[in-house]
Amino acid sequence: MYGYGGNILRINLTTGEMNIQPLSQDMAREWIGQRGFIAKILWDELKPGIDPLGPANKLVMSTGPLAGTLVPAGGKVSFGAKSPATGIYGESCMGGHIAAEMKYAGYDVIILEGASSKPCYIYIKDDQVEIRDASHLWGKGAIQTEKALKDELGEEFQICTIGPAGEKLVKYACISHDFGRQAGRTGMGTVMGSKKVKAIAICGHNSIPLADLEATVVKGKEMLKGCFAKENLDEWQNYGTAGVPVWANNIGAFPTKNFQSSYLEGNENLDGKIMREKMVVNDKGCFGCPSPCGKYCYVKPYNVYTEGPEYETTALIGGNCVFTDIEQIGYLNYLCDELGLDTISAGNVIGFAMECFEKGILTREQVGMELKFGDLESFKYLVEKIAAREGIGNILAEGVKYAAEQFGGDSIKFAIQVKGLEWSGYESRSAPSNMLAYMTCDLGAHHNRAWSVTHDIAVGRKVLEGKARKVIELQHIRPFFDLIGCCRLQWVEIGFELEHYPEVLRYVTGFDYSQDDLMKISEKVWNLTRAFAWREIEDFGRKYDYPPARFYEETVTTGPNAGDVLSKEELDFLLDDYYKLRGWDLNGLPTREKLEQMGLGFVVRQLESYGRKIS
Amino acid sequence: MKIALNEARCSGCRTCQVICSLHNFNENNPKKAAVKIVGHFPTPGHYEIKICDQCGLCAAVCPAEAIKETDGVYRIDKEKCTGCGECIEACPSEAMVQHPAEKAPIKCVACGQCVELCQRGAIYDADTREVQ
Repeated sequence: MYGYGGNILRINLTTGEMNIQPLSQDMAREWIGQRGFIAKILWDELKPGIDPLGPANKLVMSTGPLAGTLVPAGGKVSFGAKSPATGIYGESCMGGHIAAEMKYAGYDVIILEGASSKPCYIYIKDDQVEIRDASHLWGKGAIQTEKALKDELGEEFQICTIGPAGEKLVKYACISHDFGRQAGRTGMGTVMGSKKVKAIAICGHNSIPLADLEATVVKGKEMLKGCFAKENLDEWQNYGTAGVPVWANNIGAFPTKNFQSSYLEGNENLDGKIMREKMVVNDKGCFGCPSPCGKYCYVKPYNVYTEGPEYETTALIGGNCVFTDIEQIGYLNYLCDELGLDTISAGNVIGFAMECFEKGILTREQVGMELKFGDLESFKYLVEKIAAREGIGNILAEGVKYAAEQFGGDSIKFAIQVKGLEWSGYESRSAPSNMLAYMTCDLGAHHNRAWSVTHDIAVGRKVLEGKARKVIELQHIRPFFDLIGCCRLQWVEIGFELEHYPEVLRYVTGFDYSQDDLMKISEKVWNLTRAFAWREIEDFGRKYDYPPARFYEETVTTGPNAGDVLSKEELDFLLDDYYKLRGWDLNGLPTREKLEQMGLGFVVRQLESYGRKIS
Repeated sequence: MKIALNEARCSGCRTCQVICSLHNFNENNPKKAAVKIVGHFPTPGHYEIKICDQCGLCAAVCPAEAIKETDGVYRIDKEKCTGCGECIEACPSEAMVQHPAEKAPIKCVACGQCVELCQRGAIYDADTREVQ
């Protein structure tokens, strides 16, 4: 099939059975790829109520039709499963080269079912698929494991791995690839660990068939050169997301001291220029990228190599735990990467523990040492305890929501999460649309779906009217890139135009989508993943969309937005507007009319069969 | 066209491989590209580019006399090539590529497509451009 690897590979780790089925035209046309395929497969194949870390859960790896082609930055793959962090739909995407590689091997989707009884890795060389012993890799770091397998199998293999945190089922373990790319969020590395799969190694030799090869080449070149010509390309590829922390601080959006503030004293030391001068050894790009933002670093004082720190890492490890030395952050980034921990959740959890200690909710006896914001030893100690699930680490390994429930006091008010997923790196009491975006993200408090701080700045940071509309628009555009297998950052960061994509999809796949068709499909997936949460949780709805009380009861402590807070009434205004524009009921649940209009009649029938009352 | 390298600029994106296979094989298949990108990670963290510099050693060792030079570029005559692999062994740049579906090795013909799409100037034309 044009534009696709053409097959779905299914591996049952309990029985060792495997099968390869062709991807159907209907599946491709109606769900496009990647997150679309994942959402549909998980809806169809998972029974509600299953244990996310039991053999009934499935880990679905999928990419989209533009991955591996000449279209700029076609290097994205997503992993999906029922999330052990949130108990609802989980998914995380990453770049690198494995998305392209799986298509050359002939696969758009790889489904891991069941669970292995002993450590294994999946070996895929075109249609040769094996479950191989991984006892020699178990316990190794995520990066070390990738290196060991590259040495064993050869440079042409693309490999994703988990670290010790995934093996120990830490709820925010990530999947790592290409020595520094991670699918970090919602515990996809945890699910992989529960199946005892240490790595997936892929090498493919096949061509991706193109509906119109000549037109794809002409259009692909035009798109690449369009990116090359963008005015801020050099700025972007010199600093990547490391250019963002100073800006975020200056506008008062930089998470600081477990989100007590949005402004970090000393943040100027985190500037991308300083990082480049001190640490960067190479600009590293993902597959097909015209604007490589990966900054591969050598952190001299600690003698370690790491990719990044990226913005989110600098925000959550740096600001949130109060580190203002970029080399220290680089070192802690390295530790998290090797242990296989999502730096966003890890930075939240550790910042939370530091605050609990400061407030006397946690004691020296409970923790085993004194915790302090900005103290390297505190972070190091906790992150290792978490990855090993030892002592206090065994509680913190469950995430901030669970930890707050255990620690008590008023700690739930400053456990910074939504739906159980820790908040990404933008303090949003002075950015209502961004607050709403993270509140309503289908995964929990994550920036991947919509990020709109610049919109708040453009139209007024106190303004509430019109914000919901913008959030919805972005929740369809940004995750659209996670349908097609492409990176969104050319659009977000260097201003590359959206209108290229329907045309190039036509040349690659032969499917004739309009821009509107594509946004409708993105909206359909959005409604499906929302329905997934409702299928799992009987009382799901509005109450799951609120941020922690810190954001509506406490004011920002310092910086340009000191004193700002969004009241519960303001949050309700945003939610009311949002639900109405989405065609959902006042409790935030999709209506029959909306689901049917989206072509999701099968969802209505299933929800009703589980006793959900659809209005 | 004199293809030259500035490896320190390579970001490992492999766009060169995609366009190479599209242009020379009419296929979207980087494994059929006449350029190899080898990552050296986690240490010391850089990319190596392997591509033919038209030195001609392959032609000298070819027992079938299947490799001939015109205008400074060595090309493989696929009819004559027996797939013996002598040239692959002999290539000092390790730039001859083998693909399971092709009998003849894959070799750069200096078409310049990779140069056109290397935004970073990691692969460039030394005839027209100074090293960055």
